[in-house]
Amino acid sequence: MAKRTSAVGETAESMARRQREISVSEFFLKNRHLLGFDSPRRALMTAVKEAVDNSLDACEEAGILPEIMVELEQTGDNRFRVTVTDNGPGIVKTQIPKIFAKLLYGSKFHRLRMSRGQQGIGISAAGMYGQLTTGSATVIRSRTKGSPAAHQISVQIDTRQNKPTILSDVSVAWTPTFPAGSGDGNEGDPVTYKHGTSVSIEMEAAYVRGKLSVDEFLKQCAIVNPHLSLHYAVTLKKPAKGDAEGEAPADSIRQSFLRAVKKLPPAAQEIMPHPHGVELGMLMQMLKDTESRTVRSALASDFSRISQQTALDICVAAKVDPKARPDKLGPGEIEAVYKTIQQTKLMRPPTDCLAPIGEEEILAGLKKEIDADFYTSVTRDPTVYRGNPFQIEVGMAYAKPQSDEDLNNENPVRLLRFANRVPLLYMGGACSITKAMTGVNWKAYGLAQPKGALPLGPVVVSVHMASVWVPFTSESKDAIANYPEIIQEITLALQECGRRLSINISKRKREAEAERKRGYIEKYIPHLATGLKDILSLPDKDKTKIEGDLKKMLEKTHLEV
Amino acid sequence: MNTNHPIAPQVVSKQAASRRIVEVAKEIHADITKKHKKPSMKFPIRSLANVKYDTKRGHFEILNKTATRTLSYNTVKTFAQSMRLLATTKNDLLDKDDIAGKRELYYNSKSWGECRFDEQPESDTLLDDIEAMLGINREQLGYIPEERGGDVAGPLTVLDIDPSNGKDIKIECAKLGSGAWSIPSRVEHLRFASKAKFILAVETASLFQRLVHHRYFEKANCILISMSGVPTRACRRFIRRLADDQKIPVLAFTDGDPYGYCNIYRTLKVGSGQAAHINRYFCVPQVHYLGVTPQDIIDYGLEDATHPLEEADIKRAKDALKNDPFIQHHKEWQQALEQMLKMGVRIEQQAFAKHGLNYVLEKYLPEKIKKGKFLP
Repeated sequence: MAKRTSAVGETAESMARRQREISVSEFFLKNRHLLGFDSPRRALMTAVKEAVDNSLDACEEAGILPEIMVELEQTGDNRFRVTVTDNGPGIVKTQIPKIFAKLLYGSKFHRLRMSRGQQGIGISAAGMYGQLTTGSATVIRSRTKGSPAAHQISVQIDTRQNKPTILSDVSVAWTPTFPAGSGDGNEGDPVTYKHGTSVSIEMEAAYVRGKLSVDEFLKQCAIVNPHLSLHYAVTLKKPAKGDAEGEAPADSIRQSFLRAVKKLPPAAQEIMPHPHGVELGMLMQMLKDTESRTVRSALASDFSRISQQTALDICVAAKVDPKARPDKLGPGEIEAVYKTIQQTKLMRPPTDCLAPIGEEEILAGLKKEIDADFYTSVTRDPTVYRGNPFQIEVGMAYAKPQSDEDLNNENPVRLLRFANRVPLLYMGGACSITKAMTGVNWKAYGLAQPKGALPLGPVVVSVHMASVWVPFTSESKDAIANYPEIIQEITLALQECGRRLSINISKRKREAEAERKRGYIEKYIPHLATGLKDILSLPDKDKTKIEGDLKKMLEKTHLEV
Repeated sequence: MNTNHPIAPQVVSKQAASRRIVEVAKEIHADITKKHKKPSMKFPIRSLANVKYDTKRGHFEILNKTATRTLSYNTVKTFAQSMRLLATTKNDLLDKDDIAGKRELYYNSKSWGECRFDEQPESDTLLDDIEAMLGINREQLGYIPEERGGDVAGPLTVLDIDPSNGKDIKIECAKLGSGAWSIPSRVEHLRFASKAKFILAVETASLFQRLVHHRYFEKANCILISMSGVPTRACRRFIRRLADDQKIPVLAFTDGDPYGYCNIYRTLKVGSGQAAHINRYFCVPQVHYLGVTPQDIIDYGLEDATHPLEEADIKRAKDALKNDPFIQHHKEWQQALEQMLKMGVRIEQQAFAKHGLNYVLEKYLPEKIKKGKFLP
C-alpha cells in the first residue's frame, strides 16, 4: 500500500502559509500567450504593434500628424532589437517608468474613448517579455516640446510587485529623426522633430515574411491610417562565415509608406458609459466610487443619456430613495435599480465619440497599397452594442490582373481586419469580421464562394470597427467577439460594397464579352467579303468597303456595352 | 435528255446555276454597301411539318414556310462559310465544269483558314441549306454523293456516254452474270431500252442476290433493283426516269416493319421531309407496295418467324400515324400500321426461308403479283 502523501495532512493553517497574492505581472509572465507573446515570431509582431499603437494614439491625441519609424535589428541568432520612434508629444520624465514598466498602467482603461490601446498592458508586456528572454532593459528616449534635451531611461519591471526598476536615467541630446521623402520635409534631407519618443526593446524573436509578419502589419497599418508616414527598416545579421567588418548587411529592408491624406482624424470624444451596457457588478462599483451625494445625481451625472428626471423615475420605479447616499445602498436595492434601468427606454449613447476613417480616406489608403481598377468604401452610421457605440467601415478593391500573384480567381479574397485603426492579423477564424464575411452570399455579387468559406477572386476587402470599447476575444487583441449587432452591421456594409462590386464585375464581364465578340466578328467578316468578291469578281477596294460596312453594322448592334 | 413526262423536274444548266449564285451574292452585296442593312439568306424549312402530300403530282411538295438567316454575331461564321462555299461552287465547279464529293468539299475548306469546317457534318448541312436556298439540287451544282446509288439487274439496256469522247456505251443489265450494274450518281443523261413488264425494288442486297442467282428477272420479266435501305437520291431518280421512260409499274419489296414502310417505301414514293425542296426530282409516285405486309404474316403462316416490335419501331409507327402526311392520306396504310401495332411483331424479307430457301421467288412473289393487290 502506498504511503499517504503529505498533502492529505494539510491543515487550513498550513495551506494559508502558502497562499499569497499573485501580481498581474507574474500572472501574465506565466500566461504570455494571452498577450500575444506565445512564439518568438509572434512576439516580434506584438511588440511592434503595441509600440506603434501607442505612438499613433499619442500623436493623434496631441493633434500631431504622425510619423513613425520601425527598426528591427538582428542582434543574435534569434534575437532582435525592436526600436519604434515617433514624433509624438513626448512623455513627461516621471511617467516614463510607469508607462513602460508597469502592467495595467495607462490613460485609456478608465475612460470610454476610441483609441488603439485599451488596457495599459501592451508595451509593458513587450518590455517584460524582452527582459524575460534576454535579461535586457527597455530603453526609452523622449523629448517634449520646448525642453532643452531628451531623457534616456532604462527600466525593467519588478514582476513580483508590478513596479518599474530604473536602471539609468540620463539627459541626452536626441531628436527624433526620420528618413527623407517623408512627405513634409525636403526631398533628400532627413526630417527631424523637436519632440517625440523612441522605445527600444531587445527580445528573443524570429523574423519572417508573409501573411503573419511585421511587414504585413505595417503595410496594413498604412492602409488604415492614411494620415501616417511610416518608415520601416530591417537589418538581418549576415551568415556567420561572411562576418567581415564593413560589409553590407546580408539582408535588409528599407521601406517608407508615405501619408496619403494630410488631415488628422477628428479627435474622439470621451463619453460616460451607457446604462444599458453596464453590468450589475460594475453598477455597484460605480455607485461606490461616485462623487455624487445622492443616487439620483449619481445616475444622472455618471451615465450618459440619464437626465435628472429619468434618474428620479428610475429611483421611484425601483422603490429606492432618490436622496439616499449612493454608497449606502444595499445589494437588493442596487439590483432593483439595475433591473429598472434595463426596462427603461433610454436614448442610444452619443456617437460623436467615434472617429471613423471615412470613405474618402479608406479609398486613399487602399489606392496607395493595391493596384486595382475598382475601389469602393462604405462607412455605416454609428450604432450600439451593449451600450457601447461602434461604427463599421468597409473598403473593397478589385485588383488589376497580374498586379499581385496571390490575388486571382482561384484564391480566397484578401480580407484585412481592423479595430480602431489597428490591423488584426491573428485568429481570423474566431473574428466577427470573418464570420460576417463568410455569411454573405457572394455569389449574388458575382464572386465564386465555396460553402461556408471566404469568396474567391482578386479582391481586397478591408473591414474596420471603430468603437469606444472593441470587444476582443483576448488581451492579445486579435479577434472581435461575436456580438450579433456587430456581425449585422458588418454584413450590411459588406453587402453594400458587394452590390457596387457586382455592378463593376458585370460591367467587366460585358466588356470582356464584347471584346470576345469583336474578335469573333472580325475573324469572319474578311471571309464573307472574300466570298462575295470571288463570286462577283469585285476589285479589292470593294472588298475593303464590304468589310468596313459590316464591321460598323455588327459593332453597332452587338458590341455596345 | 429530258423525259416527256408531264411533271418532269426542271433541269438547270450550269450557266443558269452560276447566274443564280451571282444573283444571291449581288443582293447581299447591295444590302451591305448600298442599303446599309444586315444581309440575310432565306431558306425553305426542310421538315415534315413544312410539306404537304401533293396527290396530283404524287410527292411531298414543300410549303412556303421559310427560315431567314440574318447576319449577326451568331450567324457571322456560317454566313462567311456560305459565301465561300457559293464562291467555290460557282468558280471551281460550275464555271469549270468540274465535280466534287461532299468529303472533298469538306477538305477543300481547309484552305479557308479560320473559316474552315471543323467536321464534315457542318459542310454537309450547309450544302443542304444552299441547295434549298438556290432551289437547285446539289447534283446539278456539281456535287456528287459518296454513297452507292443501288444495283440493277434484268432485261434492260442502258445507254451511257463515254465522258472522254462523248460516244454511247451500251450496258446490257441481263448479261452481267452473277453481278449487277451500279447506278451512277448522275443519271440525267442515261437512256433506256427494255421489254420488261415492271420494276421490282427490293430492300436487302441478300434477297437481291438470291433473285439474281436464280434469274428471277427472266421468269417474271422484270427489272430488279437493290436499294440497300433507304434509296439514295440517284437510285430514286433512276427508278423514276426508267419508269417514266418505259411507262411500266414499279413494285417495292421491303422488310415488314415501320422503317420499311415509313422510311424506305415512303421516301421512294413521295420523298422526305429533309429533302422537301427537291422531292419533285427524287420521287417515284407510280410505285406500289408489294410486301411484306402485316396481313402476309397471317396469310403465309409466318407468325413464328417474326420478332417483337421494339420501342423505336412502335414510336416510329405512332409518329407516322400522327405526323406523316402520306400515311395520313392513305387509310390502307393506317390500317396496316395499326394492324402491325396490334400484332406487336415485325418481319424480315428473308423470313419466307422458313418454307424453303426459294419459297419467296417460287411462291410468294408470283402469287402476290398475280393477285395484283398492293398497298398504295
